[in-house]
Amino acid sequence: MSATATARLHRRLGPGGYLICLRGIMWREGLRFVHQRGRFLAALVRPLVWLVIFAAGWREVLGVSIMPPYHTYILYSTYVVPGLLAMVQFFYGMQSSLSMVYDREMGNMRVLLVSPFPRWFLLMSKLTASTAISVFQCYAFLVIAWLWGIDLPQTAWLAVLPALLLCGFMLGAMGMVLSSLVRQLENFAGVMNFVIFPMFFASSALYPLWQVQQSSPLLYQACRLNPFTYAVELTRFSLYSTMNPIALGVVLACSVVFTAAAILAYDPARGLLARRPGAGG
Amino acid sequence: MDGPGIPALKHARAFAPGAGSGAEAAFAGAPGPALTIEDVSHAYGARRALDGVSFAVPAGGFAALLGLNGAGKTTLMSLITRLFDTRHGRIRVQGCDVARRPSAALAELGVVFQARTLDLDLSVRDNLLYHAALHGMGRAAARGRVAAVLRDVGLSERARDKARNLSGGQMRRIEIARALMHEPSVLVLDEPTVGLDVASKAAIVAEVRSLSRARGVAVLWATHLLDEVEPGDQVIVLHAGRVLAQGELAEVIAAGRATDLRSAFQALTGATGPGGEGGGEVGGAA
Repeated sequence: MSATATARLHRRLGPGGYLICLRGIMWREGLRFVHQRGRFLAALVRPLVWLVIFAAGWREVLGVSIMPPYHTYILYSTYVVPGLLAMVQFFYGMQSSLSMVYDREMGNMRVLLVSPFPRWFLLMSKLTASTAISVFQCYAFLVIAWLWGIDLPQTAWLAVLPALLLCGFMLGAMGMVLSSLVRQLENFAGVMNFVIFPMFFASSALYPLWQVQQSSPLLYQACRLNPFTYAVELTRFSLYSTMNPIALGVVLACSVVFTAAAILAYDPARGLLARRPGAGG
Repeated sequence: MDGPGIPALKHARAFAPGAGSGAEAAFAGAPGPALTIEDVSHAYGARRALDGVSFAVPAGGFAALLGLNGAGKTTLMSLITRLFDTRHGRIRVQGCDVARRPSAALAELGVVFQARTLDLDLSVRDNLLYHAALHGMGRAAARGRVAAVLRDVGLSERARDKARNLSGGQMRRIEIARALMHEPSVLVLDEPTVGLDVASKAAIVAEVRSLSRARGVAVLWATHLLDEVEPGDQVIVLHAGRVLAQGELAEVIAAGRATDLRSAFQALTGATGPGGEGGGEVGGAA
């Protein structure tokens, strides 16, 4: 390699190059998000249906007794807000992984994977980008919830940010692992049935765990083993500026495990993708 | 697998696995190799897709990798671009081992995949800027390169158009422009003319040859269309994962004991043309 080429290589692949690459991936994700307004609307409508219809119907029936982090009785509609925030992130994480499957089928994914930057960095950048967009969607939902009359502490807006970032990262990483396992786009419907819905319903998103325990101890155990429960609880406690160390620990641990699994799955040496023959000659 | 009466590999310039000097020896007199493939094998489970493939492309050279569908061209491309890891053998780009120094190797590599890989929702310009960012190019430098590469492929006026509004031939030209954005020294193209009309095919082949000559970029052009090969090219015949012959066009024709490339290819591979024994298409009339 010539001296000029080597100098150019060092310049582009130095710390500045990493930042440029990260910014480029985030910019592209942002552009795609802007171009797909339908997805944004769908992401908002889904939790709003739960908040405006489901929770409104139950608010007079179900009051939630005093339990941490709440200091007083709360309405059911207030109770479900953290679960619906986690739902927004969960669905965006899955949508993002769905778009990775689509990209892989359409070939766009290869453009990302042949970048000279390390594979782990490219995947982390993609995760960062999808997390940023899911956090933006969460704030859009929070604004609508606030306009709908959901009472939140003033500090909630800022206090919930770290939790949203962390939960968005965990759920995005989980989606990335799933995307590596799903071979074709049409198989993704199975993910909805076997992953998304069970994880959402078998969690503390819609009902307090103590109520679940009373009605079904087995379901309670399933909820306790579900990482999504801890994402919901971390978000719930953060909204009230309270720390939930167990939820934080589980979400952190799951983030690390899912991210490592995603990097492994997309690793050309060990990943699942390398076992699949490509089309053509 | 072998052509009738033609012992496979007898005419292939194979070099010993791992022999670094083998590439230079393979094309004596030519500049040092920009791309070296040494004894590369790959399998999908029990199915062997590549078996001891070795060849080199000199700096600024144009090499045509000829093979029927299923010959192993796309697998080889996936290994060169590190979509798959090279488990057996070695691939080097400008002397950098793709497995050991992937960043340095991939930075020197421009790739045009067989499948369309433009983001259809983005504009032509945004597709190119995205690629530039993936190669660590700053915004100002990238904008300059966008203008230059679009000028090179004659599509400057389409910069702001959505990629989905381009014709198949224009998309391919944009993909070639994109592959050249970061000024690579090696360009690999996997059946870039598949699905294009005759005029677009000819234009793209001519464009890549012209860019290669003007910039001294080494080109590995994988194809099953014989009419895309020209007399000065290095030709590598790949069949069922093995290199059956390689060298200058005349040498490959001689290796097939034939008078033209089509007959030589058929003799070497046993293919009889579309729908024939080889099970794939042999197009063109070179």
